[in-house]
Amino acid sequence: MYIIIAGGGKVGYYLAEELLRSKNEVLVIEIDPQRAAMLSEQLAGDVLHGDACEAATLDAAGISRADLVAAVTGDDEDNLVICEIARLKGNARTIARVNNPRNEELFKRRGIETTISATQAILSQIEQELPVAEVIPLLQLSSGLQLIELRLSERSPVVGRSVREVLLPPESLICLVVDPGGVPRIPSGDTRLNAGDALVVVTRAESIEMLREAVVGTAHGMDT
Amino acid sequence: MKVIIMGCGRLGAQIAAELDRRGHDVTIIDVNNAAFRRLPSTFGGTKAVGNGMDSETLRRAGIESADAFIAVTQGDNRNYFASQLAREVFGVRRVLCRIYDPQRAELFRSLGIETYSPTSVGAEIMVGMLLGEGGAQG
Repeated sequence: MYIIIAGGGKVGYYLAEELLRSKNEVLVIEIDPQRAAMLSEQLAGDVLHGDACEAATLDAAGISRADLVAAVTGDDEDNLVICEIARLKGNARTIARVNNPRNEELFKRRGIETTISATQAILSQIEQELPVAEVIPLLQLSSGLQLIELRLSERSPVVGRSVREVLLPPESLICLVVDPGGVPRIPSGDTRLNAGDALVVVTRAESIEMLREAVVGTAHGMDT
Repeated sequence: MKVIIMGCGRLGAQIAAELDRRGHDVTIIDVNNAAFRRLPSTFGGTKAVGNGMDSETLRRAGIESADAFIAVTQGDNRNYFASQLAREVFGVRRVLCRIYDPQRAELFRSLGIETYSPTSVGAEIMVGMLLGEGGAQG
């Protein structure tokens, strides 16, 4: 794949390294001349010094043949503009880094894929530390499906049952069971669920409450 | 007409003063409180301190009932971002924005935003003045 990365900060740099490692053709656009010079010394891929918000820069980067554009600058307004111009100038898939979680809605409405912002990632990390959060949103998939994590406590109605016995809402799937020791398993119907397990489940947003009731139990600690 | 203006620079302040004088309901937003000194003492509209790219600031400024939004900060991308926020998220009917870069102004226009590029307009006027072709005289 030919991938254009707009923004050569830390996010752009590590992203470029990873994508080069997996044998992609990568070009990084960086506006700061000193940073651009540093990047071209350290990265095996191409580096273009310029403003990715300008159509001419994207043209010079070969936007018409790009498969993917990742806009990962620290400014949401720049990332929006880069993705919009990229879409007008080519057929690349566009992904934007969203720094302020409040801005996610606008990107969605404009039809641009977003990454969970660092802010959002840290927030959900903090949520993971809190015992009350038994349902943790992990990722929004473009299909409208969501990836969530469910923690099983002793009072969960499914503890001691097998995966086959869990009544899941429609279009929901238990993808992964992680035991308290952190060992992940792809579950079969016979996999037994234990207290302390974390389940990674794919589901629809409207089914999350149903899932919570079926898997985590009510907040009042019913007997199982 | 209820109008929200983002950016109280020379252009923003002048638009705000003119619309206010003509009896429209004007709210002007700027990140810097000191920017409001550009407004005339007769200005009867509302001044709101905050970032117009933030949906909460826009909501507090009353964007949900606004008829028009005008983005005139110094940043082309900021103006475009806020304009799309007003249009897509808050459903404002008329959205006008200043874009210095003529190329971007054209691209954004194709994406549904009414843009104005002082660079294109200014260049045309000054070339006309020099060559005596346009009607515009300093």
